[in-house]
Amino acid sequence: MNTSNTPSMPPNEVGRGSFIPVLRSEWTKFRTVRGWGIGVLAAVLLCVGFTFLVANGNNEGGCTGPPAPGSGPNSPGSNCYVGHPFVPIGPNGEAVADSYSYVHHRLTGNGTVTVQVTSLTGVISTSPASEAPSLTRTKPGLAQWAKAGILLTSSAKQGSPYAAVMATGGHGVNWQYNYTHDQSGLPGAVTNSSPRWLRLTRNGNTLVGYDSTNGTTWLEIGTARLAGLPATVNIGLFVTSPVTFQSTSGGAPTAATATFDHITMNGRATVADWKSTSVGSGPRDYYPTLGASTTRRPDNGVVLSGSGDISLAVNPLAGGDDASSIVWFGLLVALIMIIVIATMFITVEYRRGLIRTTFTATHRRGFVLSTKAIIIGVVAFVVGTLGSAAGVALGEHALKNNGNFIFPANTFTVTRVIFGSGALVGVSAVAVLAIATILRKSASAVTAGIVVFVLPYVIGSIATGGVGTWLFRLTPAAGFDVLGTLPRSTLVNFPQTMANGYYPLAPWAGLAVLCAYAALALAMAFFVLRRRDA
Amino acid sequence: MNDTTIEVESVHKHFGTALALDGMNFTVLPGRVTGFVGPNGAGKSTTIRVILGLDAPDSGRALVGGQPYRHLRHPLRHVGALVDAAALQPSRSARNHLLWIARSQGLSTRRVDDVLELVGLRDVARRKAGGYSLGMRQRLGIAAALLGDPPAIIMDEPFNGMDPEGIIWMRQLLRSMATEGRVILVSSHLMSELQDMADHVVVVGRGRVLANDGVDELITRASKDEVVVRTDTPSEGVSALQHVGAVARVLDPNTISVSGIEAQRVVEVLSQAHVPFGEVIAQRASLEDVYLQLTSGEVEFRGTMGNEARQ
Repeated sequence: MNTSNTPSMPPNEVGRGSFIPVLRSEWTKFRTVRGWGIGVLAAVLLCVGFTFLVANGNNEGGCTGPPAPGSGPNSPGSNCYVGHPFVPIGPNGEAVADSYSYVHHRLTGNGTVTVQVTSLTGVISTSPASEAPSLTRTKPGLAQWAKAGILLTSSAKQGSPYAAVMATGGHGVNWQYNYTHDQSGLPGAVTNSSPRWLRLTRNGNTLVGYDSTNGTTWLEIGTARLAGLPATVNIGLFVTSPVTFQSTSGGAPTAATATFDHITMNGRATVADWKSTSVGSGPRDYYPTLGASTTRRPDNGVVLSGSGDISLAVNPLAGGDDASSIVWFGLLVALIMIIVIATMFITVEYRRGLIRTTFTATHRRGFVLSTKAIIIGVVAFVVGTLGSAAGVALGEHALKNNGNFIFPANTFTVTRVIFGSGALVGVSAVAVLAIATILRKSASAVTAGIVVFVLPYVIGSIATGGVGTWLFRLTPAAGFDVLGTLPRSTLVNFPQTMANGYYPLAPWAGLAVLCAYAALALAMAFFVLRRRDA
Repeated sequence: MNDTTIEVESVHKHFGTALALDGMNFTVLPGRVTGFVGPNGAGKSTTIRVILGLDAPDSGRALVGGQPYRHLRHPLRHVGALVDAAALQPSRSARNHLLWIARSQGLSTRRVDDVLELVGLRDVARRKAGGYSLGMRQRLGIAAALLGDPPAIIMDEPFNGMDPEGIIWMRQLLRSMATEGRVILVSSHLMSELQDMADHVVVVGRGRVLANDGVDELITRASKDEVVVRTDTPSEGVSALQHVGAVARVLDPNTISVSGIEAQRVVEVLSQAHVPFGEVIAQRASLEDVYLQLTSGEVEFRGTMGNEARQ
């Protein structure tokens, strides 16, 4: 006999038991079923594979007119191109819109430009979506964020740092700089009877915007410090008018026309020798425009028409891809695999009666459930993180090769999407384990897991209107909000919908909703496990 | 209590409306094999699950070495139990099955290999348990029970599916472990399985203890002191025996049944009366007879308890 000779109660053996041995025990259980290991590996590979396939399915290119004879795509003179239209990148690496009409002059050193805006009117394109928009088919109407005023920019290149003081279609006078900053000045619309005076001064790197109703009493609106501003900059008058989504979901281009009078630079009446340009309205520029025109007026005046926007780029117009637009399908597939594995991790024990062996070895049933939750949670987190990291890397490579535009995202955002994917799969796995503990049957638990954690995503992404938005707020599908990468802007009126890639909740808020569901399921599972005979 | 014992104290347990345990009350002492017998549905498995902390009793309690199971820090070092040999993950190897149990008790991999050797599964330890025969699964279940080298061992129907060689091995194993001073509780619905192995039996029926005694005492008590005599002259024999106060009657032309006096005295009386006789047999009950006597009123309730059906 390989046993001791005087069996009796081991000393110091009464106590509540410790957690680590249970964790080691459950880990041994998990790693010694080969099918689960294979399933975990398959989940990672499927996530990577499907992410790549979704990305690789996107191709961009097109013609803006019949191709010139004997010329290939992208060659001079050709109207055809391969790849996505040009999207400028702003000073902080963000995608921006930078299209406007500009009448400008060079300014070296410090200086001030003052102008009176006496009118701001607009038109909205009525061309059907199948036709190129043109000024011949429009109706009257002024976009909320139509802009007319003084613009100082470091260079004519799109995406350059800038500051501008402007009258707008529906937001009064505003001071804006570098695409994301905005401060409000005088309210109200510009009319002949109620004109607005605008002033922009440069003093070193400091730019200040003022407004006035009479040209004598000035109010400061805001200040911008643009580091590294060159000594010589462009300064001048600009008009632009963004696509409106008020009546059509696809958006209609608009144009605005402003009348400027009493233009002075450094107190001297000027404008006759200022250059007129249209920025960002070429065939490769992504922002839809309606054309531009400049008419000089006597007494240092100018009537300027323009179309476009100076703001953050938004997805319905820029039409780019991002990590979440390619990784979602692979993640769903991985999630389904993990739902099955998380379920089996507990239901197999119930089916085989093994649960009794488990509970005689560890009578603290809460330890059993929490160690299982930790193991499946960590495993699923690693699956989601690896699958998403490799999938996004491969997928973005494929997108670039196919000429797609990828919405720029900073390192923090990309890191958040990758680890957020892991958290999404991990937390879902824990919740499914809890549900399976309550239900005890594999088939019903897998079904419940898919209905609760996969179906809301599927319905939410195909549902129109508010249904999808609410599903991504209230159901476990809110966890997918952690994938959102597209920047929002209050300075652009556009539909921030799921269809355009904008998730309704902030990333961490969405994940918190999913965590709340998991916590609820776990609490119920602990309660049931404690009460139930094994 | 300092010595390891298993104490079941007035345990009641309902499953829905069915009463499974109705004041189950007994103590299992170390150093002997205690049989735990009763018809299917008598409450054996439920009692074992209550002892192991798997089922919570409605009232009463079960103690192992003076402690409720759920107070034991490493329970498998106190009690080893074989509850259901089929409780295995088929795709996990026998060795890994024991390994996860060992991890939960802070036991070493070496101990796993030791018990595999002990139950004779060393050579097949790395095979998937799903491919094991019923007898091999029983051995694996016993290995799991012995893993923590516990002073108390509980086996629920351990002989099910075992081949005769396995049954002999099992009996020897349990006997030797009892000799080492362990508490051994072996349940069975067949008393014959316990013959020659159990020193003590707890007979249960309808969730209650019907008898709790040493095997020898039970047999003695159950044996009616009947003596059978073969003789060619039964009527003379009867009158001689009645003369000394015994109860005697003629069973058939060659046989007398006597009770009230011992076989030794029957021989004396008949010899003195010069009654010729061929054979004097003292009737002794078997363990099986004892069991049938005790449970005759209980078997009809088989299947109404529902607790065996839960397995």
